[in-house]
Formats: sequence, C-alpha cells, structure tokens
Amino acid sequence: MTPYVPGESPVHRCPPGAKILALIATGTALFALPRLDMAVVLALAALAVTGLLYWIARIPARLVLAQLRPLAWILAVLVLVQLALDGWLAGLLVAARLSALVLLAGLVTLTTRSADLIEALQRGLAWLKPLGVNPAKAGLAIALTLRFIPVLAAIAAEVREAQRARGLESSLVALTVPVVVRMLKMSDDIAAAIDARSYDPDRAGH
Amino acid sequence: MIEIRHVGHAFGERVVLRDLSLDLTERRIAVVGGNGSGKSTFARLLNGLLLPTQGTVRVDGLDTRRDGKAVRRKVGFVFQNPDNQIVLPVVAEDLAFGLRNLGLRRDEIARRTDEALRRYDLFDLRDHPAHLLSGGQKQLLAIAGVLAMAPDVIVFDEPTTLLDLRNKRRIAQAIDGLAQRAVVVSHDLAFLEHFDRVLVFEDGRVVIDDRPSVALPAYVAMMS
Repeated sequence: MTPYVPGESPVHRCPPGAKILALIATGTALFALPRLDMAVVLALAALAVTGLLYWIARIPARLVLAQLRPLAWILAVLVLVQLALDGWLAGLLVAARLSALVLLAGLVTLTTRSADLIEALQRGLAWLKPLGVNPAKAGLAIALTLRFIPVLAAIAAEVREAQRARGLESSLVALTVPVVVRMLKMSDDIAAAIDARSYDPDRAGH
Repeated sequence: MIEIRHVGHAFGERVVLRDLSLDLTERRIAVVGGNGSGKSTFARLLNGLLLPTQGTVRVDGLDTRRDGKAVRRKVGFVFQNPDNQIVLPVVAEDLAFGLRNLGLRRDEIARRTDEALRRYDLFDLRDHPAHLLSGGQKQLLAIAGVLAMAPDVIVFDEPTTLLDLRNKRRIAQAIDGLAQRAVVVSHDLAFLEHFDRVLVFEDGRVVIDDRPSVALPAYVAMMS
C-alpha cells in the first residue's frame, strides 16, 4: 500500500488517465515480445525509464525499496526457478519485468491523488454503462479498497495479538472468524456512513 | 424541528423502541441510557439511516420515509468509530466526499474543504493518509466532513467513547462550539451537564425527559 506523495513534478501533473493507459500499455508490451533477447532489452529499458521517472518525481529511495520489499521472496523464487530451468537470461527477464511493472504501478499511486485516480477510472469506465456497469459505484469501490486495506491490516493485527494472548496464534479459525465478523459489522457501518453523507451513485462523480 | 410521533422500532422479533412521541427543538439535546436501551437506534432514526417500523419521524415537515435524501442534507451524523466513517484514503479527499455528493462546484468544494480543515487544525495534514491520523484527529475529520455539508442539526452517536481524556475534551469543545443544533448520545455525563435537555432511555422508552440538573442525577441513581 503506497500513499500519495504530494509534489509538482511533471509526473505528478501528468493526467491520471494517461498514467493508467501508459501502465496498461507497458504491462502489455513487457509480455508481448516473443524473442527472449528482445524481451530482456525491453524489460531493462522499462526498468531504466521507470527509475528515471521516480527521479523526476523526486520520490525518496526508501519508498522505491518499499515497493519491492513485499515482492522480494516471490521474485527470488521465480528467478531461481527460471535460472535452473531456462538459464540466466530468462532469470534476468523475470526479475526485470516484474520489478518494472510493480515499480511503475507504485509510481502511479505515489504521484496521483486517489480522488483524481477514481475520477479518471470513472470516465474510463463510462462506456460500460449500457452493459449495466455503474462507473461511479466502481470508482467508490476502488476508493474504499484503498482506504480500508490499512484498516483491515490493523484489525487483523489486533485479533492476532488477542489470540496470541490466549495461546491461539496457530489456530486459523481463531484468527479468521473474529476478523470476518468485525469486517461484516464494519461494512454495515460504512454503508450507513456513506448514506449519511448524501451519496447517490446515480449522480456521483460530477 | 424534529417531530417524532408514535415511533416504534424492531429488528425482527426484537423490539428496541416503543411508542415514542417527542418534539426536538432545543439547541443541545443529550441522549443517555444503558447498553441496548435503544438510544443508538433512536439516533439513527433522526436522519433516516433507519426507518421506524411504526410511526413517523419528520424533520422540518419532511418525512424520513419519503424524503430521506432531503432529510440527510438537514441532519448530519457522526458515528462512534471514525474509522468506519472516513471513506476516502486521504484527509482532504475524505472531507470533500460529502460535498461532491451535494453536487457543489469544484471551487466551492475546495473553499469549504479548506475552511473545515483549518477550523480543526487539520489543514497541514490535508494530503496525509487518513489511516495515519490519531484517534482524536480522525474524529475531528469525521466531524469536519459532516460540518462542511452545512446541516441544520448534527447527531453524534457516542463521539468520545473511543478517545483518551485529552481527545474527549477536544471533541467536546468542538461540539460545544458548533453553531448547529446537536443531538448527542453519550456516556460522558460531565460533558452533558450544560445541555438544554436530557432524554434517558431504558428498554426502548424515554423514562426521564428533563434538564440535566434533574435528569442526570436521576439517571445515575437509576443505574446504581
């Protein structure tokens, strides 16, 4: 989870819709090239450009590392498997490709206010309206996800601590049941809070 | 004015409010009662978050059953746990959430957001992730978010229960300083001493309805 880092850099000022499209395009391109050597060159180039963008956006190095830390173990395993099966070039490709993608996605959330991101997504999803998709609801769902990930993490930590105090830390049921119960209770309250603040999905997002 | 006429409420078989009829006109009204006495349900009826299973609730003539949206514009609501009330990830964005729902212009949203943030010393934290605020700051943000929508009345459901002493005082001061009318559900009796009216709930009924100097000692006697 990466919070927004305020700034005035060209990366910050770039329209959120363009950033999302660039992310999708890069993600597709990184997996589209069939030739291994070309794919490696592209992935390394993408990684270099991403690094440059972080520098332009003046994001501190510790935040760059924070993006990669949760991925470290998965990355290490994937690289080792590729090294063993397909050689060092394939290992390098996996490492460069995944890091570039994660860092680029992190850059979008680090340099875009979530309200702007949601607005861009709502506009981007407007064409799905005839299919019964409500872009305002989809936007709110994404915003709520961003907002409540840290809250859920805190609840899980609290429950884990309480169960550890009772010697139940190894019981999956003892951990998940209270978390789920609290989440359901919380979701009722959040829905009421959204209602109380005059939310109307048919006219939201203007 | 909020008019409550023969209001009852039940969750399935469980009856939580029984035949209440009240007119709420005072500037500061306190609601007290034991756990499960029906006071939180009562609070939720006042802005149409819950609809009564019997009777009617009217706010300035608007029926909560028919005119829910209009009622919610007049009556704001602050919940016990601000974590459930802050819906967007960044302080200023959350504050603007209700204003956007009112369909205000961008410059008006920005003006009201800044004003409300300054009022509660949150302006420097405007770009801060909401989950990193302290408990007191979160509750202030929740109040600011409701206040920015300029309601006539604000209902508070145990706004200080989860806070430490310093933050309790800060929130009590914030509520005291409101120009709006307020209905406050609370267990913090000292905070309610200078209110205009106290409603004591027990078993879904108002058993005492009086000035704090009379109602609060009677409530304490009743609970001991």
